[in-house]
Amino acid sequence: MSDVTGGIDMDDETEGVVKKFMFLNRKAPYGTIYALEALEVVLISAAFDQDVSLAFVDDGVYQIVKGQHTKGIDQKNFSPTYRALEGYDIEKLYVEKESLEARGLTEEDLLVDVQVVDSAAMANLMAEQDVVISF
Amino acid sequence: MPTVNIAGKDIEVDEEGYLTNLADWNEEVAAYLAKEEKVEMTDSHWEVVNFLREYYNEYQIAPAIRVLTKAIAKKLGPDKGNNKYLYELFPYGPAKQACKIAGLPKPTGCI
Repeated sequence: MSDVTGGIDMDDETEGVVKKFMFLNRKAPYGTIYALEALEVVLISAAFDQDVSLAFVDDGVYQIVKGQHTKGIDQKNFSPTYRALEGYDIEKLYVEKESLEARGLTEEDLLVDVQVVDSAAMANLMAEQDVVISF
Repeated sequence: MPTVNIAGKDIEVDEEGYLTNLADWNEEVAAYLAKEEKVEMTDSHWEVVNFLREYYNEYQIAPAIRVLTKAIAKKLGPDKGNNKYLYELFPYGPAKQACKIAGLPKPTGCI
């Protein structure tokens, strides 16, 4: 469990380096595995003490919409897990304003606290990152 | 999938002995899983197991140990929300062992 490097000796130079990671979510929560996989990677990344943020763009905003009911598609509703992110010290969640508006959604429709930013601000956030991983 | 027979009922587990279906869990099953883990269940053990089940109900994941420790400290106080206390109860890893006894999947991020 604590053996996060999988037994590989890390160079002194790489130890303790904190990089800015952004996980970019663009897809609807169900129908593909992308959203669930992204969430798992985010939870695992928390163990590495990195500077992690999440961005929700395009249909990705549906991942954090309240009131998801998945019985009809026989899938696990994993949306409550986004509310656990705070406990993992992942508190930087950004949502693109244009994506929300295009879908008739507002911040009130979301199940976690987020920062709504316009696409220009989102582009700046992405430019600041060391790594952007897109799902 | 392998199964184990508990009180005359076949229950499906994964290759590491975690329950496949959360709904199969009851206190009898927990007692069996605890015995397999060589954990003598006391009220303190049950408190952690029940805490984990509540956590899972709310968030649909089994927490990583760091997160579990912090959440327990918040709810039950710092005397219980620390590694020493939890490792004394579950020597082979509180997240791993307590989650198994609670019928939850193996914690995400437990590498």
